Amino acid sequence: MAQTTHPPGTGAHAAPGGEGASRRDFLYLATGAVGAVGVASAVWPFIDSMNPAADTLALASIDVDLAPVQEGQAITVTWRGKPVFVRHRTAKEIEEARTVNLGELRDPAADDARVKKPEWLIVIGICTHLGCVPLGQKPTDPRGEFDGWFCPCHGSHYDTAGRIRKGPAPANLVVPQYAFTSDTAVRLG
Amino acid sequence: MAQAHAPQFKNPVVKWIDSRLPIFTMLDHEYNQYPMPRNVNYLWAFGAIAGIMLVIMIATGLVLAMQYAANTHIAFESVERIMRDVNYGWLLRYVHANGASMFFIAVYIHMFRGLYYGSYKAPREILWILGVLILLAMMATAFMGYVLPWGQMSFWGATVITNLFSAFPLVGDPIVTWLWGGFSVDNPTLNRFFALHFLLPFVLLGLVVLHTAALHVSGSNNPLGIDPKGPQDTVPFNPYVTVKDGFAVVVFLIFYAAFVFFAPNYLGHPDNYIPANPLVTPAHIVPEWYFLPFYAILRAIPDKLGGVLAMFGAIAVLAALPWLDTSKVRSCKFRPIYRQFFWILAIDALVLGYAGAMPAEGVWLLVARIGTAYYFFHFLILLPLLGKLERPLPLPASICEPVLKGGGRVAAGAHAKPMEKA
Repeated sequence: MAQTTHPPGTGAHAAPGGEGASRRDFLYLATGAVGAVGVASAVWPFIDSMNPAADTLALASIDVDLAPVQEGQAITVTWRGKPVFVRHRTAKEIEEARTVNLGELRDPAADDARVKKPEWLIVIGICTHLGCVPLGQKPTDPRGEFDGWFCPCHGSHYDTAGRIRKGPAPANLVVPQYAFTSDTAVRLG
Repeated sequence: MAQAHAPQFKNPVVKWIDSRLPIFTMLDHEYNQYPMPRNVNYLWAFGAIAGIMLVIMIATGLVLAMQYAANTHIAFESVERIMRDVNYGWLLRYVHANGASMFFIAVYIHMFRGLYYGSYKAPREILWILGVLILLAMMATAFMGYVLPWGQMSFWGATVITNLFSAFPLVGDPIVTWLWGGFSVDNPTLNRFFALHFLLPFVLLGLVVLHTAALHVSGSNNPLGIDPKGPQDTVPFNPYVTVKDGFAVVVFLIFYAAFVFFAPNYLGHPDNYIPANPLVTPAHIVPEWYFLPFYAILRAIPDKLGGVLAMFGAIAVLAALPWLDTSKVRSCKFRPIYRQFFWILAIDALVLGYAGAMPAEGVWLLVARIGTAYYFFHFLILLPLLGKLERPLPLPASICEPVLKGGGRVAAGAHAKPMEKA
């Protein structure tokens, strides 16, 4: 192998001033670079095929009717394969969420930045720690120390605005993209 | 190795093949004449046992794959069909499911053997690192295999473990979406896990071939940790080691069969007989037992990224072990201080495993934190220092010396046996 790529003579830089050697180096580099680009572009379809497919993306929005949900109640809907918590908050819960000192929060966010209508809190029901579903949707569930949700896996507590207050989770429950299509209907996604 | 000579085959077909492709010469060289240190004990059988386990897992896995359906709608039912309707399906599935545990038992004993007798030291560093890679491939394979029945623990185990990657800043979330092929663990995830669960055992097999090839370059270590000085220190692999390993394999298979036939679900979790439900998290997610020490380390660190790094670091530190242990003496027999710390490490691993099975709160969280701190202390601080501070006992001149000289400086009673014709 070494014999064929470096025939005797060229290895000794026969061209004056080492010009031949530098031209050869350039050819090696250029060939290597083109080869690397070629490999990368050939590998990309394999990698990207593992990203969400068109039909998975197409299921990305749903409509939810809020009319049957009474004050103090909560419903869970499935969106993009994940649970979404929709809670019809009571005046007390809204008050609790608003009176928190933002400086104390791990992931500071004002309550009115997390809701579009104060009585409806809509968050993705997945703990930001390691992806468990927190408890607190059913009346019988523990709601943690801050009246919101409690994740049983590793003990994260969320408040009535879905903000992390205690436990290992690093961030607040995620607020999905949504818009009210009428007073009692909302479109997720 | 040195005394190996080309064998003469009588069978003309064997002769004809061997002169064109010397597989028979190679087999004779590596598995017939291959010189083993004459003093290896039964702990040296666990490499062979682990190899047998890999073969059993591939064989049972192949036939199970012919009955299994990797689709979230029918995966759980297809596993129940294997259990109830497929001929011997219950047996094959229980052999496969318990086989994973047995494989890890064999490999963990094999690893602690290497730790005790210093089998990772020069010239066996690459051999050891290949072993660490085998452990990583086994862990990935076992994790994906546990997802396939699509029970509650499958789903939530997959969710928790894939979410580990979201701890990395910036690239974390795109990586998790890419791993899932969607926005949560779902059908695309199950499909790719099945494909990878089928592929990885063959990657594992390739690594095992390299591991064995590297072993046969340096030769096996032995309880004294000194190199054989000549033919008087070794015995040919066949029949001495084939018979000894064979006996150990049979005893191990009896232990394995006891689980398969009398406690097939003892090592599993009952929640995995509940079909996966993305809307309900089990109250207490626990991985399979062989991941528990690492799971304890993950949960011991109060920071998400820190926990993930510590967990992967717990394995990465093993790969660096040949350079972290500065002592030139291999075997614990001649390292009186390290020998005690070895057992503390073994107990630490068990304690971490127990803490990993308990809820991460109160005293268990504290235990996991102390255990994690000790684990890293052992490898990163104790081993580099101990090699310099400890005064090892004098090594015997050769493997057969303590036997032939009737004792010598090591307690040789256990080795006292008549010498074969050399």
